[in-house]
Amino acid sequence: MAHVSLTHFLVVGALLFCFGMITVATRRNAVGVLMGVELLLNAANVNFVAFNHYVVGGITGQIFALFVIVLAAAEAAVGLAIVLGIFQTFKTIDVRVADVMRE
Amino acid sequence: MQRTFQRLLVFAVAAAAIVAAVGLGGRAAAALPGSAAAGSATLADAIFYVIAAMTVAGAAGVALSRNILYSAIGLLGSLLGAGALYVFLSADFVAVTQLLVYIGGVLVLVLFAVMLTSQIGDVKISNVSFGLPGGVLLFVATAPLLVVVALGTPWKLRSAPRLAETTADIGNAFLKQWLLPFELASLILLATLIGAIVIARKELKAD
Repeated sequence: MAHVSLTHFLVVGALLFCFGMITVATRRNAVGVLMGVELLLNAANVNFVAFNHYVVGGITGQIFALFVIVLAAAEAAVGLAIVLGIFQTFKTIDVRVADVMRE
Repeated sequence: MQRTFQRLLVFAVAAAAIVAAVGLGGRAAAALPGSAAAGSATLADAIFYVIAAMTVAGAAGVALSRNILYSAIGLLGSLLGAGALYVFLSADFVAVTQLLVYIGGVLVLVLFAVMLTSQIGDVKISNVSFGLPGGVLLFVATAPLLVVVALGTPWKLRSAPRLAETTADIGNAFLKQWLLPFELASLILLATLIGAIVIARKELKAD
């Protein structure tokens, strides 16, 4: 048990990224896939803020993290709207079923 | 019965991997010449380990849970933990933004979508496509690589990173240096608002 340093945050970010990737790759549920994308973006954010604190200094990394958060929120809103549209059309949100853009 | 056993096995392996990775990270950080480590762990370190475990366990829940509702709750734990990690990194404003936007906005949206779309009892909906073995294989293929890179690279650490409040600086930077991206973000949010409404509303059939 040592003092917390950059590598600790990098390991946490790496594990978050891997679990997010598993989620995106293995889910059939479209909402589950979106959850995985949120995990991926969070992993990137943890790395941005960690490098900003331990390596660069200042606030540039934090500002980039804030933009990532904004874009993640926008992505989630549009993605879930698309999921609702798919559900109205196909009566399911299995990503393997939704393969046409109009019925 | 066999499925339960399989799930338990996967969770056990994941927990062991997490503990090993975090412990390894601690040892490598202590070995680094520039770090102020090598003392005994303080209370802050213990809190960090608890929060990191919550974050990673939540992510594991998102990835491995068979019920999509449990995945959403795992996502809650993971996002909450990541927000708490930002506090350790002297990013108080980002931490609060994470709480407001992710927990207050995105997670509620996700829960709405789960409730509106999935038949919760139907296991097939929440099912995995190429199965847990494929997911575990993917994890085994990528996680060690990333962890080794994170531990092995000699990062050029700052001499003495201190905790300081950043909110005023972020406000100034947004309205001076980053004004154009800031305004573009608001434009994107407006477009998102309109687009989401247009996509999600019920289409009126012509006939």
